[in-house]
Amino acid sequence: MSNTEWPLWEVFIRSKQGLDHKHVGSLHAADAQMAIENARDVYTRRMEGVSIWVVESKYVHASNPAEAGALYDPANDKAYRHPTFYHLPDEVKHM
Amino acid sequence: MNLLHYTLHLADNALIIGHRNSEWCGHGPILEQDIAISNIALDYIGQARNFYQYAAELTGNGATEDSLAYLRDAIDFKNCLLTEVPNGDWAQTTLRQFFFSAYQYFLYEQLQNSSNQQLAAIAEKALKEVTYHLRWSSEWVIRLGDGTEESKQRTLRAIDELWSFTGELFTPADYEQQAVTEGYGVDLSQIRENWYKKVTAVFEEATLPLPKENVWMQTGGKTGVHTEHLGFILADMQFLQRAYPGAEW
Repeated sequence: MSNTEWPLWEVFIRSKQGLDHKHVGSLHAADAQMAIENARDVYTRRMEGVSIWVVESKYVHASNPAEAGALYDPANDKAYRHPTFYHLPDEVKHM
Repeated sequence: MNLLHYTLHLADNALIIGHRNSEWCGHGPILEQDIAISNIALDYIGQARNFYQYAAELTGNGATEDSLAYLRDAIDFKNCLLTEVPNGDWAQTTLRQFFFSAYQYFLYEQLQNSSNQQLAAIAEKALKEVTYHLRWSSEWVIRLGDGTEESKQRTLRAIDELWSFTGELFTPADYEQQAVTEGYGVDLSQIRENWYKKVTAVFEEATLPLPKENVWMQTGGKTGVHTEHLGFILADMQFLQRAYPGAEW
Protein backbone atom coordinates (compact mmCIF):
# COMPACT_ATOMS: atom_id res chain seq x y z
CA MET A 1 0.00 0.00 0.00
CA SER A 2 2.86 2.38 0.77
CA ASN A 3 3.49 3.14 -2.91
CA THR A 4 -0.06 4.47 -3.31
CA GLU A 5 0.40 7.12 -0.62
CA TRP A 6 0.72 10.69 -1.76
CA PRO A 7 3.92 12.44 -0.71
CA LEU A 8 4.07 14.41 2.51
CA TRP A 9 4.38 18.21 2.47
CA GLU A 10 5.35 20.70 5.15
CA VAL A 11 3.13 23.74 5.36
CA PHE A 12 4.16 27.28 6.28
CA ILE A 13 1.60 30.02 6.81
CA ARG A 14 2.10 33.75 7.07
CA SER A 15 -0.57 35.13 9.33
CA LYS A 16 -0.26 38.82 8.48
CA GLN A 17 1.45 41.01 5.93
CA GLY A 18 4.99 41.66 7.10
CA LEU A 19 5.30 38.69 9.42
CA ASP A 20 7.28 35.61 8.50
CA HIS A 21 5.92 32.25 7.43
CA LYS A 22 5.61 29.81 10.31
CA HIS A 23 5.57 26.06 10.15
CA VAL A 24 2.04 24.91 11.00
CA GLY A 25 2.06 21.21 10.17
CA SER A 26 2.11 18.75 7.32
CA LEU A 27 -0.28 17.05 4.93
CA HIS A 28 -0.48 14.68 1.98
CA ALA A 29 -0.96 15.83 -1.60
CA ALA A 30 -0.24 14.57 -5.10
CA ASP A 31 1.61 17.70 -6.22
CA ALA A 32 2.50 21.24 -5.19
CA GLN A 33 -0.72 22.77 -6.49
CA MET A 34 -2.85 20.31 -4.57
CA ALA A 35 -0.66 20.78 -1.50
CA ILE A 36 -1.36 24.52 -1.50
CA GLU A 37 -5.10 23.91 -1.87
CA ASN A 38 -5.10 21.27 0.83
CA ALA A 39 -3.18 23.65 3.07
CA ARG A 40 -5.78 26.31 2.36
CA ASP A 41 -8.54 23.91 3.34
CA VAL A 42 -6.82 22.37 6.34
CA TYR A 43 -4.90 25.28 7.86
CA THR A 44 -6.62 28.55 6.89
CA ARG A 45 -10.26 27.76 7.67
CA ARG A 46 -10.32 30.22 10.55
CA MET A 47 -8.62 33.11 8.80
CA GLU A 48 -5.16 32.08 9.98
CA GLY A 49 -3.28 33.20 6.94
CA VAL A 50 -2.63 35.46 3.98
CA SER A 51 0.11 33.41 2.34
CA ILE A 52 1.03 29.73 2.09
CA TRP A 53 4.33 27.98 1.38
CA VAL A 54 4.58 24.24 0.90
CA VAL A 55 7.75 22.18 0.71
CA GLU A 56 7.83 18.49 0.04
CA SER A 57 8.99 16.98 3.30
CA LYS A 58 11.74 14.92 1.68
CA TYR A 59 13.52 18.16 0.78
CA VAL A 60 13.74 19.27 4.39
CA HIS A 61 17.07 18.18 5.87
CA ALA A 62 17.18 18.13 9.64
CA SER A 63 19.94 17.96 12.22
CA ASN A 64 20.27 14.67 14.03
CA PRO A 65 18.87 14.80 17.59
CA ALA A 66 21.57 12.32 18.65
CA GLU A 67 24.16 14.95 17.83
CA ALA A 68 22.48 17.63 19.89
CA GLY A 69 25.25 17.54 22.44
CA ALA A 70 28.05 18.16 19.97
CA LEU A 71 26.07 20.72 18.03
CA TYR A 72 24.52 22.90 20.71
CA ASP A 73 26.12 22.34 24.09
CA PRO A 74 29.39 24.11 23.21
CA ALA A 75 27.43 27.37 22.97
CA ASN A 76 26.38 27.01 26.59
CA ASP A 77 29.42 28.53 28.26
CA LYS A 78 30.09 31.24 25.70
CA ALA A 79 28.16 33.98 27.36
CA TYR A 80 30.41 36.58 25.72
CA ARG A 81 28.59 35.91 22.45
CA HIS A 82 25.55 37.64 23.88
CA PRO A 83 25.67 41.40 23.65
CA THR A 84 25.16 41.68 27.42
CA PHE A 85 28.50 43.31 28.30
CA TYR A 86 27.82 46.63 26.69
CA HIS A 87 26.84 49.55 28.82
CA LEU A 88 23.72 51.16 27.44
CA PRO A 89 23.54 54.93 27.87
CA ASP A 90 20.39 56.00 29.67
CA GLU A 91 19.44 58.17 26.71
CA VAL A 92 18.84 55.08 24.65
CA LYS A 93 15.34 53.97 25.34
CA HIS A 94 13.29 51.10 24.00
CA MET A 95 16.19 48.70 23.49
CA MET B 1 -44.43 35.77 -5.55
CA ASN B 2 -42.13 35.39 -8.52
CA LEU B 3 -39.22 36.85 -6.60
CA LEU B 4 -39.90 34.32 -3.85
CA HIS B 5 -39.83 31.39 -6.28
CA TYR B 6 -36.64 32.66 -7.85
CA THR B 7 -34.98 33.07 -4.45
CA LEU B 8 -36.13 29.63 -3.29
CA HIS B 9 -34.73 28.12 -6.47
CA LEU B 10 -31.32 29.61 -5.68
CA ALA B 11 -31.58 28.53 -2.04
CA ASP B 12 -32.66 24.97 -2.84
CA ASN B 13 -29.80 24.49 -5.29
CA ALA B 14 -27.31 25.45 -2.60
CA LEU B 15 -28.96 23.39 0.15
CA ILE B 16 -29.28 20.18 -1.82
CA ILE B 17 -25.81 20.11 -3.36
CA GLY B 18 -24.47 21.17 0.01
CA HIS B 19 -26.21 18.23 1.62
CA ARG B 20 -24.87 15.86 -1.02
CA ASN B 21 -21.34 17.07 -0.44
CA SER B 22 -21.78 16.83 3.32
CA GLU B 23 -22.46 13.11 2.88
CA TRP B 24 -18.74 12.79 2.12
CA CYS B 25 -17.83 14.03 5.58
CA GLY B 26 -15.85 11.23 7.21
CA HIS B 27 -15.79 9.25 3.95
CA GLY B 28 -13.45 11.34 1.78
CA PRO B 29 -10.74 9.47 -0.13
CA ILE B 30 -8.04 11.15 1.97
CA LEU B 31 -8.20 13.30 5.07
CA GLU B 32 -7.26 16.53 3.29
CA GLN B 33 -9.91 16.08 0.60
CA ASP B 34 -12.47 15.08 3.20
CA ILE B 35 -11.90 18.50 4.76
CA ALA B 36 -11.95 20.20 1.35
CA ILE B 37 -15.34 18.84 0.36
CA SER B 38 -16.77 19.41 3.83
CA ASN B 39 -15.64 23.04 3.55
CA ILE B 40 -17.45 23.30 0.23
CA ALA B 41 -20.54 21.77 1.80
CA LEU B 42 -20.41 24.39 4.54
CA ASP B 43 -20.02 27.18 1.97
CA TYR B 44 -23.24 25.95 0.39
CA ILE B 45 -25.12 25.81 3.66
CA GLY B 46 -24.04 29.42 4.17
CA GLN B 47 -25.34 30.42 0.75
CA ALA B 48 -28.56 28.53 1.33
CA ARG B 49 -29.08 30.32 4.66
CA ASN B 50 -28.64 33.72 3.06
CA PHE B 51 -31.16 32.96 0.34
CA TYR B 52 -33.63 31.27 2.74
CA GLN B 53 -33.48 34.17 5.18
CA TYR B 54 -34.45 36.51 2.38
CA ALA B 55 -37.10 34.07 1.14
CA ALA B 56 -38.52 33.88 4.68
CA GLU B 57 -38.77 37.66 4.75
CA LEU B 58 -40.64 37.57 1.44
CA THR B 59 -42.91 34.78 2.66
CA GLY B 60 -43.91 36.41 5.94
CA ASN B 61 -46.42 34.60 8.19
CA GLY B 62 -43.68 33.59 10.59
CA ALA B 63 -41.68 31.65 8.01
CA THR B 64 -38.02 31.15 8.87
CA GLU B 65 -34.97 29.82 7.10
CA ASP B 66 -35.53 26.59 9.04
CA SER B 67 -39.18 26.20 8.13
CA LEU B 68 -38.31 26.66 4.46
CA ALA B 69 -35.50 24.12 4.57
CA TYR B 70 -37.07 21.54 6.86
CA LEU B 71 -40.82 21.72 6.41
CA ARG B 72 -41.41 21.82 2.67
CA ASP B 73 -42.07 18.70 0.62
CA ALA B 74 -40.17 17.47 -2.43
CA ILE B 75 -42.71 18.95 -4.82
CA ASP B 76 -42.01 22.43 -3.40
CA PHE B 77 -38.26 22.17 -3.92
CA LYS B 78 -36.96 23.98 -6.99
CA ASN B 79 -33.38 22.73 -7.17
CA CYS B 80 -31.90 21.49 -10.43
CA LEU B 81 -31.84 17.70 -10.76
CA LEU B 82 -28.06 17.76 -11.05
CA THR B 83 -27.73 18.76 -7.40
CA GLU B 84 -29.65 15.74 -6.10
CA VAL B 85 -27.85 13.05 -8.11
CA PRO B 86 -26.27 10.53 -5.70
CA ASN B 87 -22.58 11.00 -5.03
CA GLY B 88 -21.29 7.88 -6.78
CA ASP B 89 -17.50 7.72 -6.68
CA TRP B 90 -15.05 10.59 -6.32
CA ALA B 91 -14.95 11.07 -10.10
CA GLN B 92 -18.71 11.52 -10.22
CA THR B 93 -18.82 13.89 -7.25
CA THR B 94 -16.03 16.12 -8.51
CA LEU B 95 -17.46 16.17 -12.04
CA ARG B 96 -20.90 17.13 -10.68
CA GLN B 97 -19.20 19.83 -8.66
CA PHE B 98 -17.38 21.07 -11.75
CA PHE B 99 -20.53 21.24 -13.89
CA PHE B 100 -22.42 22.99 -11.14
CA SER B 101 -19.66 25.35 -10.02
CA ALA B 102 -19.05 26.50 -13.57
CA TYR B 103 -22.78 27.24 -13.84
CA GLN B 104 -22.88 29.03 -10.49
CA TYR B 105 -19.77 31.00 -11.30
CA PHE B 106 -21.27 32.59 -14.41
CA LEU B 107 -24.69 32.86 -12.78
CA TYR B 108 -23.46 34.75 -9.71
CA GLU B 109 -21.17 36.88 -11.83
CA GLN B 110 -24.32 38.21 -13.52
CA LEU B 111 -26.50 38.13 -10.43
CA GLN B 112 -24.12 40.60 -8.78
CA ASN B 113 -25.66 43.16 -11.13
CA SER B 114 -29.21 42.25 -10.18
CA SER B 115 -31.56 45.15 -9.60
CA ASN B 116 -32.51 43.35 -6.40
CA GLN B 117 -29.94 44.43 -3.83
CA GLN B 118 -30.36 41.41 -1.57
CA LEU B 119 -29.73 38.93 -4.38
CA ALA B 120 -26.86 41.02 -5.70
CA ALA B 121 -25.19 41.16 -2.29
CA ILE B 122 -25.53 37.41 -1.69
CA ALA B 123 -24.14 36.68 -5.16
CA GLU B 124 -21.19 38.98 -4.63
CA LYS B 125 -20.30 37.32 -1.35
CA ALA B 126 -20.77 33.79 -2.67
CA LEU B 127 -18.83 34.36 -5.87
CA LYS B 128 -15.49 34.20 -4.04
CA GLU B 129 -16.36 30.78 -2.65
CA VAL B 130 -17.64 29.56 -5.98
CA THR B 131 -14.45 30.72 -7.69
CA TYR B 132 -12.55 28.38 -5.42
CA HIS B 133 -15.05 25.52 -5.90
CA LEU B 134 -14.60 25.88 -9.65
CA ARG B 135 -10.83 25.84 -9.40
CA TRP B 136 -10.83 22.84 -7.05
CA SER B 137 -13.28 20.79 -9.10
CA SER B 138 -11.65 21.67 -12.45
CA GLU B 139 -8.37 20.34 -11.17
CA TRP B 140 -9.95 17.09 -10.09
CA VAL B 141 -11.61 16.59 -13.48
CA ILE B 142 -8.25 17.19 -15.17
CA ARG B 143 -6.37 15.01 -12.71
CA LEU B 144 -8.74 12.06 -13.02
CA GLY B 145 -9.53 12.48 -16.73
CA ASP B 146 -5.84 12.60 -17.60
CA GLY B 147 -4.80 10.21 -14.84
CA THR B 148 -4.68 6.44 -14.80
CA GLU B 149 -6.67 4.07 -17.00
CA GLU B 150 -9.06 3.45 -14.10
CA SER B 151 -9.54 7.12 -13.21
CA LYS B 152 -10.27 7.88 -16.86
CA GLN B 153 -12.85 5.09 -17.09
CA ARG B 154 -14.53 6.34 -13.94
CA THR B 155 -14.62 9.89 -15.26
CA LEU B 156 -16.07 8.73 -18.58
CA ARG B 157 -18.76 6.83 -16.70
CA ALA B 158 -19.49 9.93 -14.65
CA ILE B 159 -19.89 12.00 -17.81
CA ASP B 160 -22.39 9.43 -19.12
CA GLU B 161 -24.35 9.62 -15.90
CA LEU B 162 -24.34 13.38 -15.45
CA TRP B 163 -24.34 14.97 -18.87
CA SER B 164 -28.10 14.70 -19.40
CA PHE B 165 -28.62 16.70 -16.19
CA THR B 166 -26.66 19.72 -17.43
CA GLY B 167 -29.29 20.93 -19.89
CA GLU B 168 -31.70 21.87 -17.14
CA LEU B 169 -29.23 24.40 -15.77
CA PHE B 170 -29.91 26.55 -18.83
CA THR B 171 -33.56 25.75 -19.43
CA PRO B 172 -35.37 28.58 -17.69
CA ALA B 173 -38.44 27.92 -15.59
CA ASP B 174 -41.30 30.41 -15.79
CA TYR B 175 -40.12 32.23 -12.70
CA GLU B 176 -36.65 32.61 -14.18
CA GLN B 177 -37.99 34.14 -17.38
CA GLN B 178 -40.21 36.41 -15.37
CA ALA B 179 -37.20 37.38 -13.23
CA VAL B 180 -35.31 38.45 -16.33
CA THR B 181 -38.30 40.49 -17.51
CA GLU B 182 -38.55 42.16 -14.13
CA GLY B 183 -34.85 42.97 -14.17
CA TYR B 184 -33.48 41.05 -11.19
CA GLY B 185 -32.86 37.62 -12.76
CA VAL B 186 -30.06 36.26 -14.90
CA ASP B 187 -30.64 35.44 -18.56
CA LEU B 188 -29.48 31.82 -18.73
CA SER B 189 -29.01 31.88 -22.49
CA GLN B 190 -26.23 34.39 -21.93
CA ILE B 191 -24.22 32.31 -19.50
CA ARG B 192 -24.71 29.03 -21.36
CA GLU B 193 -22.02 29.81 -23.92
CA ASN B 194 -19.46 30.68 -21.25
CA TRP B 195 -20.28 27.50 -19.41
CA TYR B 196 -19.79 25.39 -22.51
CA LYS B 197 -16.50 27.14 -23.24
CA LYS B 198 -15.24 26.44 -19.74
CA VAL B 199 -16.27 22.78 -19.96
CA THR B 200 -14.60 22.51 -23.37
CA ALA B 201 -11.34 23.95 -22.06
CA VAL B 202 -11.20 21.73 -18.99
CA PHE B 203 -12.22 18.59 -20.91
CA GLU B 204 -9.54 19.32 -23.49
CA GLU B 205 -6.90 19.55 -20.80
CA ALA B 206 -8.29 16.40 -19.21
CA THR B 207 -8.13 14.60 -22.58
CA LEU B 208 -11.84 13.83 -22.25
CA PRO B 209 -14.22 13.66 -25.21
CA LEU B 210 -16.72 16.50 -25.18
CA PRO B 211 -20.32 15.27 -25.20
CA LYS B 212 -22.69 16.73 -27.75
CA GLU B 213 -24.37 19.94 -26.72
CA ASN B 214 -27.78 19.33 -28.18
CA VAL B 215 -28.86 15.93 -26.97
CA TRP B 216 -31.93 14.98 -24.96
CA MET B 217 -31.77 16.48 -21.50
CA GLN B 218 -33.56 15.82 -18.20
CA THR B 219 -35.71 18.60 -16.82
CA GLY B 220 -38.25 19.08 -14.05
CA GLY B 221 -36.34 19.84 -10.87
CA LYS B 222 -36.86 23.57 -11.14
CA THR B 223 -40.62 23.09 -11.11
CA GLY B 224 -40.77 20.42 -8.43
CA VAL B 225 -40.67 17.30 -10.60
CA HIS B 226 -37.73 15.50 -9.03
CA THR B 227 -35.89 12.22 -9.27
CA GLU B 228 -36.69 9.72 -6.54
CA HIS B 229 -33.42 10.69 -4.85
CA LEU B 230 -34.68 14.00 -3.48
CA GLY B 231 -37.25 12.25 -1.29
CA PHE B 232 -34.49 10.26 0.40
CA ILE B 233 -32.40 13.38 0.93
CA LEU B 234 -35.33 15.17 2.54
CA ALA B 235 -36.21 12.15 4.67
CA ASP B 236 -32.68 12.18 5.98
CA MET B 237 -32.42 15.95 6.34
CA GLN B 238 -35.89 16.73 7.65
CA PHE B 239 -36.50 13.78 9.94
CA LEU B 240 -35.46 15.48 13.14
CA GLN B 241 -37.49 18.65 12.67
CA ARG B 242 -40.54 16.68 11.62
CA ALA B 243 -40.32 14.10 14.41
CA TYR B 244 -39.43 16.67 17.08
CA PRO B 245 -40.78 20.01 15.86
CA GLY B 246 -38.71 22.94 17.06
CA ALA B 247 -35.95 20.70 18.43
CA GLU B 248 -32.79 22.61 19.27
CA TRP B 249 -29.40 21.73 20.66
